[in-house]
Amino acid sequence: MSPQLEVQLIAVIVATTCTLPGVFLVLRRMAMLSDAISHTVLLGIVLAYLISNSLTSPLLFIGAVAMGVITVWLVELVSGSRLVHEDSAIGLVFPALFALAVLLISRFAGNVHLDTDSVLLGELAFAPFDRIVFFGLDLPRALVGGIGTLILNLTLLLLFYKELKLVTFDPALAATLGFTPTLIHYGLMTSVSLTAVTAFDAVGSVLVVALMIAPPATAYLLTDRLPRMIVLSVAIGIAAALSGYWLARLFDVSIAGMMATMTGVAFLGAFLFAPRRGIVAQVRQQQINRERFALQMLTLHLLNHEGTGNAGVECHPHHLIEELRWPASFAVTIVRRAEQKGLVQRQGELLILTEQGRQFADAAIVA
Amino acid sequence: MELFADYTLRTVTIGAMLLGAISGFLGCFAVLRRQALLGDAMSHAALPGIALAFLLTGQRDPFILFVGAASAALLAALWLLVVVRTTRIKDDAALALILAVFFGFGLVLLSYLQRQPNAAQAGLKSFLFGQAAALIERDLWAMLAVGVPALALVLIFWPQVKLVTFDPDFARSIGLPVRGFDVLLNVVMVAAIVIGIQTVGVVLMSAMLVAPAVAARQWTNRLETMVVLAAGFGALAAMAGAWLSTLGEGLATGPLIVLMMSLVTVLSLVFAPGRGLLWRNLRRRQVLQAS
Repeated sequence: MSPQLEVQLIAVIVATTCTLPGVFLVLRRMAMLSDAISHTVLLGIVLAYLISNSLTSPLLFIGAVAMGVITVWLVELVSGSRLVHEDSAIGLVFPALFALAVLLISRFAGNVHLDTDSVLLGELAFAPFDRIVFFGLDLPRALVGGIGTLILNLTLLLLFYKELKLVTFDPALAATLGFTPTLIHYGLMTSVSLTAVTAFDAVGSVLVVALMIAPPATAYLLTDRLPRMIVLSVAIGIAAALSGYWLARLFDVSIAGMMATMTGVAFLGAFLFAPRRGIVAQVRQQQINRERFALQMLTLHLLNHEGTGNAGVECHPHHLIEELRWPASFAVTIVRRAEQKGLVQRQGELLILTEQGRQFADAAIVA
Repeated sequence: MELFADYTLRTVTIGAMLLGAISGFLGCFAVLRRQALLGDAMSHAALPGIALAFLLTGQRDPFILFVGAASAALLAALWLLVVVRTTRIKDDAALALILAVFFGFGLVLLSYLQRQPNAAQAGLKSFLFGQAAALIERDLWAMLAVGVPALALVLIFWPQVKLVTFDPDFARSIGLPVRGFDVLLNVVMVAAIVIGIQTVGVVLMSAMLVAPAVAARQWTNRLETMVVLAAGFGALAAMAGAWLSTLGEGLATGPLIVLMMSLVTVLSLVFAPGRGLLWRNLRRRQVLQAS
C-alpha cells in the first residue's frame, strides 16, 4: 500500500470507530464527556510512561484507558457531592488533569516523542512511518490499533444493542427491568476512552471530539430511527474524513484540522438544508402554515358575510385590510393565491366564494 | 519579594494575577448560570479568530488578536444559541461540536500560517497552552483595556445582572430585557477569555473561569461576597503558579496556575464551613450519635 492510501484508510477507520460510541454520547446528552476524556487520556499516557520509561509499553495504553474512565468517575464524584453542577464538574476535572499532564511532560518528558502539540493536534501524515509487523504484514501501527478498536466497538454494539437502546431512551424502564444503567454507562465510557486513546494517537484529541460528536449530531437532524442514525453517522464521518484528507493535501494544511472542519461543514449543511429539521425547511413550513391560515381567514370571512345585507362592503378586497388587519401587500398576495387555487372569484369589485372555497372554509371550521 | 523585583517576573506575575482576578470575577456568572462549559467552547473557538486576524493584518499586536479572538468566540456562541434554539440538538452536543469544529479550522489556519516565511508567526502556537513568560508590559495594558470595561459593565448593571442570573423568569416578567443581559454576560465572558488565552492558552482557559467561582461558591451564599472571593482566589492561585514556575526548569506557568486553582477548589469543597464535605460528614456523625 502507498502511504497515501494508508493515511486515507486510517482516516476512514478512525472516523468509523469514533462515530459508533459517539451516537450514544449525543443521544444520552453526554457529548462534553468526550471532550474531557480525549484530553485526560494524556495524563494516563504520561504517568504510564514515567513508570515504564518506554513509549511502546502496553502500560501506556492501559493507563490511558483507565484515566478516561477515572475522569468520568471523578466528574460524577464531584457532581455527586451536590456542591457543584455537572457542567462545572466537567469544567473542573478535565483542565486539572490535563494541566497536570502538560506539566509532567514539560518537566520530565520534554525531549521524547511525547510532546503536547502532537497530542492535541495529531499528525495523520506521519502515521505511516510508525509501523509494526502484524501476522507477517508490515502495517502502520495506527491502522492496526484502529481496526482492533473498530472490531471491539462493533462487537460491543451488536452484543449490547438492545440494552444500549433501552438505557439511552428509557433509563427508568431499563432500571425496572433489571438492567443496570451504571454498568452500561461505564461500559460505554470504557469504549469511549479506548476509542479516544487509539484515535488521538493518529489524529489528535480535538479531532476525536469532532469525529465522535459532529457526525451523529448531523445524522440526528436527518432521521428519527436509531439504526439509520448509526449508518448515516458512519457515512458522514467517512465522507468528512476523505474530503478533509484531499482538501488538506490540496492546500497543504493540517489533515486532522481539515477533517474536523469538514465534519462542521457537514453539520452546517444539515442544519440549513435537512429535509424536515433544517432551517430552510422550517422557514418554508412556517410560510406554508401562514399562507394556509390566511386563506382560511379569508374564506371564513367571506362565508360569514356572503348573502348578508352588508356583503357589498364586507366582501370588498379593501375591507380585508381593515377587518383582518392585513398589510395591503399581504392582502393582495393572499387574494391572488386564493384566486389561483380557485377558492374565490371576482365579481365586479367584490370577492365571491366558489364551491371549492366554501368547502375549504367548512373544513377549517371542522378542524 | 523577588517576584516583583525582577522586571520580566513582575510582568508575568502581574499579568497572571490580573487574569486570575478578572476571570474569577466574571466566571461566577458562567457557573451560576450553568454555562461553565460555554467558556471552554468559546476559548477553543477563539483560535481561528486569532489565526485569521494574524493572516489578514500580519501583525501580532495584542489588540488585533483580541478582536479576532473575540469575534470568533462570539460567532461560536451565536451559532450555538441558534443551533440549540432551532434544532433538537442539545447544548452538550452543540458545545462539543462547535468547540471541535472551530478549533479544527483554527488548526488548518495555523498550519497554513506556519508555511509562510513571516517570522512573526513563530509564536502563534503558544496560544494553545499560553506563554505567560512572553508577557510584556504592553500586554498588561491590553488586558486592563479589555478587562476594566468588562468589569465596569457588570458593576453598572449589577442589580439587573444579579436578577437575570438567579431568576430569569421573574426578570422577564418585570420587563427586563433578559436576552440582552444574556448577550452582555456572554460578551464579558469573551473579554475574560481573550485576556487569558495568551497566558494560559485556549485549552486551559475554561478552568480559569470555572474553578475560582466554584471555590468561592462554597464559602458564601451572597453574590457580592462570591465575586470578590473568586477574584481573590483567582489572583492568589495565579501568583502561586507564577512563583512556582520560577523554581525549576520546564515548569510551564499556565498549567501551574490551573493546578493551583484546582487545589484551592478542592480545599474549598472539603473544608468550607457549612457546605464543605468535612463539615457535612461531621454534622452527619453528630446527628447519628444524638439519635
